[in-house]
Amino acid sequence: MSTGTGMPGTPEGTTVLGASDVARALTRIAHEIVERAKGAQDVVLLGIPTRGVTLAVRLAERLAAIDPAFDPARDVGELDVTMYRDDLRRQPTRAVGVTRLPEAGIEGKTVVLVDDVLYSGRTIRAALDAIGDLGRPRAVRLAALVDRGHRELPIRPDFVGKNLPTATSESVRVRLAEVDGEDAVVISGRAADAPGAAERGEATR
Amino acid sequence: MTTTYVLRGVRPLGGDPADVVLAGGVIADVAAPGAASVTDRDAAGAPVDVVEIDATDHVLLPGLVDLHTHLREPGREDAETVASGTRAAAAGGFTAVHAMANTSPVADTAGVVEQVWRLGQEAGWVDVHPIGAVTVGLGGERLAELGAMADSAARVRVFSDDGKCVHDPILMRRALEYVKAFDGVVAQHAQEPRLTEGAQMNEGVVSAEIGLAGWPAVAEEAIIARDVLLAEHVGSRLHVCHLSTAGSVEIVRWAKGRGIDVTAEVTPHHLILTDDLARTYDPTYKVNPPLRTAADVEAVRAGLADGTIDIVATDHAPHTREDKDCEWGAAAFGMTGLETALAVVQDTMVDTGRMTWSDVARVLSSAPARIGRIDTGAAPQGRPLEVGEPANVVLVDPSATRTVDARAQATASGNTPFAGRELPGRVVATFLRGRATVLDGAPVAAPAGSSAGAPTRGGHR
Amino acid sequence: MKHLLSTADLSKDDALLLLDTSAQMAATQSREIKKLPTLRGRTVVNLFYEDSTRTRISFETAAKRLSADVINFSAKGSSVSKGESLKDTALTLHAMGADAVVVRHWASGAPAQLAHAGWLDAAVLNAGDGTHMHPTQALLDAFTIRRHLVGLRGGGADRDGVGSDLAGLKVAIVGDVLHSRVARANVRLLHTLGAQVTLVSPPTLLPVGVEAWPCRTSYDLDATLADWQPDAVMMLRVQRERMSGGSGAFFPSPLEYTRYFGLDGRRLALLPEHAIVLHPGPMNRGLEISAEAADSDRAVIVEQVANGVAVRMAALYLLLAHTEAAHTEGTSL
Repeated sequence: MSTGTGMPGTPEGTTVLGASDVARALTRIAHEIVERAKGAQDVVLLGIPTRGVTLAVRLAERLAAIDPAFDPARDVGELDVTMYRDDLRRQPTRAVGVTRLPEAGIEGKTVVLVDDVLYSGRTIRAALDAIGDLGRPRAVRLAALVDRGHRELPIRPDFVGKNLPTATSESVRVRLAEVDGEDAVVISGRAADAPGAAERGEATR
Repeated sequence: MTTTYVLRGVRPLGGDPADVVLAGGVIADVAAPGAASVTDRDAAGAPVDVVEIDATDHVLLPGLVDLHTHLREPGREDAETVASGTRAAAAGGFTAVHAMANTSPVADTAGVVEQVWRLGQEAGWVDVHPIGAVTVGLGGERLAELGAMADSAARVRVFSDDGKCVHDPILMRRALEYVKAFDGVVAQHAQEPRLTEGAQMNEGVVSAEIGLAGWPAVAEEAIIARDVLLAEHVGSRLHVCHLSTAGSVEIVRWAKGRGIDVTAEVTPHHLILTDDLARTYDPTYKVNPPLRTAADVEAVRAGLADGTIDIVATDHAPHTREDKDCEWGAAAFGMTGLETALAVVQDTMVDTGRMTWSDVARVLSSAPARIGRIDTGAAPQGRPLEVGEPANVVLVDPSATRTVDARAQATASGNTPFAGRELPGRVVATFLRGRATVLDGAPVAAPAGSSAGAPTRGGHR
Repeated sequence: MKHLLSTADLSKDDALLLLDTSAQMAATQSREIKKLPTLRGRTVVNLFYEDSTRTRISFETAAKRLSADVINFSAKGSSVSKGESLKDTALTLHAMGADAVVVRHWASGAPAQLAHAGWLDAAVLNAGDGTHMHPTQALLDAFTIRRHLVGLRGGGADRDGVGSDLAGLKVAIVGDVLHSRVARANVRLLHTLGAQVTLVSPPTLLPVGVEAWPCRTSYDLDATLADWQPDAVMMLRVQRERMSGGSGAFFPSPLEYTRYFGLDGRRLALLPEHAIVLHPGPMNRGLEISAEAADSDRAVIVEQVANGVAVRMAALYLLLAHTEAAHTEGTSL
């Protein structure tokens, strides 16, 4: 099964965002979240495994720095959407991940879903269904580090780190220090890049 | 017009090449290669066909005799008939079979055994010698009319409740004594019934693991031990059907050492298959007695090689698909064997150097004929390959190999445990009193049945 | 993973994947909305040749919580000659488009035949066959043991013990091992997961051939509890019919059985402080287990039932929620 773990070693392809770009993007997103919600007191973050959870943790630190009303220990959770996916029958068996709601819950909160790459929108569709079974937030927003386009559903992000126009034949990988040993966003599959990279499942979007 | 067959360059009992002439129903000549005298006139001066067969490197054996065949007729003609079963026997190299008594109705009266005997005659593939039930309806409660069966046209000499054990010791004693009057023998299916209630397979490591009710070796051995002592006490002869365990071999060896008149048989499948096959839960491997362990297989091979076990008998037990295509626990016991018996014996005993072809002739022909008392009389079987003896012979190509195809067999049932398995040797031709029942490895289309106008049977195939 | 037939077929990784997935499934079952859309449009058939309301309801609940359509097919009757044969039933289910068949059968090996005879191409889950196997029972037992003795007791972050095996734990399985598919399934799985097992039973109720199993055996419950100090004790149900049968009975009387092999308050006190008591149910109170033991706070018997649903959800998920091409034909889980 594919569980989206990072591939160590030198990434193939072109690095489009470096570590400082990633950090700047997250800081900007954090500010936008606070601005949009008029403070962070009713905001909770739900990261979508694997890298969305890492990004949510990083965002939480920034939110707390901007608005002390935000408590990273209380207001961050993770949401595994595997059992809500519409493509289970098209994929090898996926391991079911952990869903951990923020201690504060999601009832009446502004939930910000955090994912690394926004692509077809199907993962977000699954996440919205999962949230619907877990409670009734006041609002649900979407934050993604990279939006690479090619949406297949009427879904759009509220907060984006970087818009990356891509071809469907390309793959976009977000690499994060906690998981992959470095921060970077890499595009591969362009012309001479290694074939097969687009088929590696969750690690590539 | 009759046919004279000249088998050129054949090796009788695997010995030196010779030309063997089958004419007038007997072995007419055994001569050095090229030296056989062949005429195209019979004794009365009538013309005969002469067929020459190049039998170079083929082995000639006396026609095989099976002491333990289930032909299923009357009663279960959907599984096998006398015609289909004896055709399978001929294809396997047999010229005589003993038909077990557990038919429906049970062969426990002169009427039923004569019916089976007559059906065998009409079919004409092999001599069919019915076995009579020991007890009425195989019920194990009172003796069947053993004398009437012995005196019938079928001349029954072997009596067995096979499928069930004559477990009542006093009844067994009476049977052993009673058959002495006409030189009969009781062939015991050794299975202590209380120790095997609900039993499905050999009791041991495999049964413990796969959760099928166990069939302990002692359930067989205890009966054999009791019966040899009974036979000794009353001075009768005893035949032990399909013994399957190392302990049984030991008991028979001990009994023979004491001079007890006991003979024993082993089936081909117990010479080669083990209870590991039950792990597949394929009911093809469900058989009574059950397949045992590798140590038991080695013990029965050793017992056959050293003469403790007298004969190989097939226990050919055809079953319909519906009786086998189901859960193991619901399936019938038994496997077919007539068409694979010789190959299994070659594989396990000859090709391994443990027996000669002469030994094969003993365990598959002369000894079973002797036990069944069909080695003398009007149509003797199991005779030596000598001039003047009836031309009951089988021609075997030991260097051939074949992959067993259940659907290609002559038996009406498909429950062979050897399907898909490669076995050595090939029956090239079988002759019953000089008449070919099998030629070129295939049953002869229309065996010249011994009674003209016999009804055509076995139309279900 | 194509089928779940026997715990003997499970590698350690397979077993851990099943247990870890069960933990995630269990987490969903404490929510207000317990139903997941995962197996929407898929059909699960409960094919029961034996009555077992508990197991059937557990599988039915599991399938429904995953939004599968459930068809209950009761085919009770011990003789094929009296009804439809296993083969014809299988062909019928195939024609109906069953994606998974949960089979309980009186005949050992029937699920394996269903899976391998070529009669249908559905995933086959063994829900107990004869005296052979009951893999989901063993998995829920292992899940329960892991949760209590690795997760909660370990004091780690994860109360279900996700990712951990059972290395170092000692489990006593007590009672009618001979006829028990639960015992066979547990011995294999617990061994695979690294636990040590002692079977405690009167000699008449241990199978000949048990010496080849990866476990110890004992005839002495008191000594096993006091000297071996098991972390978990699993009591097996004693079938009433094993006591009858006259000369074929397996033990002299219920009283004598209880005296030597029943779990009561006195024997409970011999166990280490943390030890838990399991029973696959239904219990014969007063025979293999006293009311005091069954109702003690060490008994996790009711929790086993709840965990059963999670484990069966995990099994159904892992067998059904993937492409046909995603598993290699012929391999079993």
